Amino acid sequence: MESNNIGVLMTCPMNSHLEQELEKRFKLLRLWTVRDRSKFLAAHRNSIHADVGNCSVCANAELIEALPKLEIVASFSVGFDKIDLAKSKEKGIGVTHTPDVLTDDVADMAIGLILMVLRKFCESDRFVRSGKWKKGTFMLTTKFTGKRVGIIGLGRVGMAVAKRVEAFSCPIGYYSRTEKPEIKYKYYSSVVKLAANSDILVVICPLTEETRHIINREVIDALGPKGVLINIGRGLHVDEPELVSALVEGRLGGAGLDVFEHEPEVPEELFGLDNVVLLPHVGSGTVETRRDMADLVIANLEVHFLKRPLLTPVV
Amino acid sequence: MSTQSVSVQSSNTNTIMNNISVLMTCPMSEYLEQELETRFNVIKLWNHSSSKSDFFKNNSNFIKAVVGNTELGADAEMIDSLPNLEIVSSYSVGLDKIDLDKCKEKGIKVTNTPDVLTDDVADLAIGLALAVSRKIPVSDQFVRNGNWIRGDFGLATKFSGKSVGIVGLGRIGSAIAKRAEAFNCPISYHSRSKKPNTNYKYYSNIVDLAANCQILIVACALTEETRHIVNRKVIDALGPKGILINIGRGAHVDEPELVSALLEGRLGGAGLDVYENEPELPEELFALENVVLVPHVGSDTEETSKAMADLVISNLEAYFKGELLLTPVM
Repeated sequence: MESNNIGVLMTCPMNSHLEQELEKRFKLLRLWTVRDRSKFLAAHRNSIHADVGNCSVCANAELIEALPKLEIVASFSVGFDKIDLAKSKEKGIGVTHTPDVLTDDVADMAIGLILMVLRKFCESDRFVRSGKWKKGTFMLTTKFTGKRVGIIGLGRVGMAVAKRVEAFSCPIGYYSRTEKPEIKYKYYSSVVKLAANSDILVVICPLTEETRHIINREVIDALGPKGVLINIGRGLHVDEPELVSALVEGRLGGAGLDVFEHEPEVPEELFGLDNVVLLPHVGSGTVETRRDMADLVIANLEVHFLKRPLLTPVV
Repeated sequence: MSTQSVSVQSSNTNTIMNNISVLMTCPMSEYLEQELETRFNVIKLWNHSSSKSDFFKNNSNFIKAVVGNTELGADAEMIDSLPNLEIVSSYSVGLDKIDLDKCKEKGIKVTNTPDVLTDDVADLAIGLALAVSRKIPVSDQFVRNGNWIRGDFGLATKFSGKSVGIVGLGRIGSAIAKRAEAFNCPISYHSRSKKPNTNYKYYSNIVDLAANCQILIVACALTEETRHIVNRKVIDALGPKGILINIGRGAHVDEPELVSALLEGRLGGAGLDVYENEPELPEELFALENVVLVPHVGSDTEETSKAMADLVISNLEAYFKGELLLTPVM
């Protein structure tokens, strides 16, 4: 098979190792480098057989329609909210993602955010670097060990978060679409009830129509002025304006956010708050994990074009 | 292992205690000051800074107890100048600022605050390891500076699964190990002697420990033997991809060696809560993205500082009522 003739569309810059490996095997077309996208897609519509996207841009209905020879969408992410799954299914297009390889990193980031928000390590690091320690001590912060942690979504990453949090002696509660009887953690049938019974609420479910704005005013109020929200899911899980006003008004105790509704834009009202930590969607952003994710994308494409079963299809 | 927080009894009934003079060495906790003042005659050393020796001449005979901390404890000079000193109750678990030999010689009781702060300090160690590996403070600043609009943040390094070496497997060291295990980190340790009830790998030599781990965490007591236990050899063994986390004492580490290793890239990164001359620290570190610097906040949470204060009070109350000390050192 002369695979260098197989056109693979990459939607945006995501990883140079991935680009290099794709170029070795396929004819790589970089969508972000062209000025007129529709013209470009029209010109290459018969040679593009695969699409490689990520959590910013992947394969919406419009893109799928523009590529009649598209056979596979391989996402450089575990989330697939930027893929029109129904349309893909309709056209018999295979869809893969990168589960498992990034589970540890994202779970680590959840714990990192909890510690940074409660113990204010980012703030006290700034305090030291600005020379303020010479003039006085930093404030007292909040203990993490033993706090009640509520997890929304007990999938791979949610379970990995729970495992880590247990080592800090935290009682764990969770919400998911259905109760998991084999799980020892306490199940709550509503997010509001979970929030009311948690000190720290972690969002780590997939983004779907049902979970859009799953964190709304009611949930934020239930979490309360001493509660902390950690979002390592998707920006759209949270009603962002409600979150911002709750934080600014002190109705919510704090927040650790790796995702936002309109990345890379972040509400600037949050910049002056010392009870929030704001990260640029780096949940899986380590050298090791991005390499593993890239290798998994490549491997899925290879097996597809060898007509073998996909390794990590979206189920 | 955790200690229940000790409830503090009001001592309204025991008016004898209000005549007992307790010297507090420096500001450490307003709550502790208030609680001490309701029970004892509190003398605040920092209010008499004009001449330490004059002050001691006028008040020394009355002082029966000293409450100190990691900044200022009870050294030989102080102990010698307080002829009626009976007990030193430290608002810390570390005892390096107390002349224990002198206390023993004079039959002075010493108490500290173990257990109540174990969790917070262990949480800090993991927090620093995550913050350095994943560059959390740097990326938070990246967002706040408006840089995300211009481009993505770079890649950091994974924490899960990294080998963790712990210097000192006491209460805090063990609590760190327990947490790190949940991140699938293989654990090894160095201490004066091998600990019987643990599966972690033991290294009798700290250089070997450093050579065989990716993240080295200092969590032992500061003694003459452990001063500068992290020296050039250890730093070189840890290497350009290794990370040092110090939640012990600044004097555990040869600070100038640490600084040059970081500046020259011979050490991968560092998370520090303690320094040789607090609150001074080497400003060459400020520009480095692979270090996280926090101001000795290991146990500085509302919950723990209250629990520590309550324990100091309870020890003093027990002592002056003739009861058993709760957390005696000797």
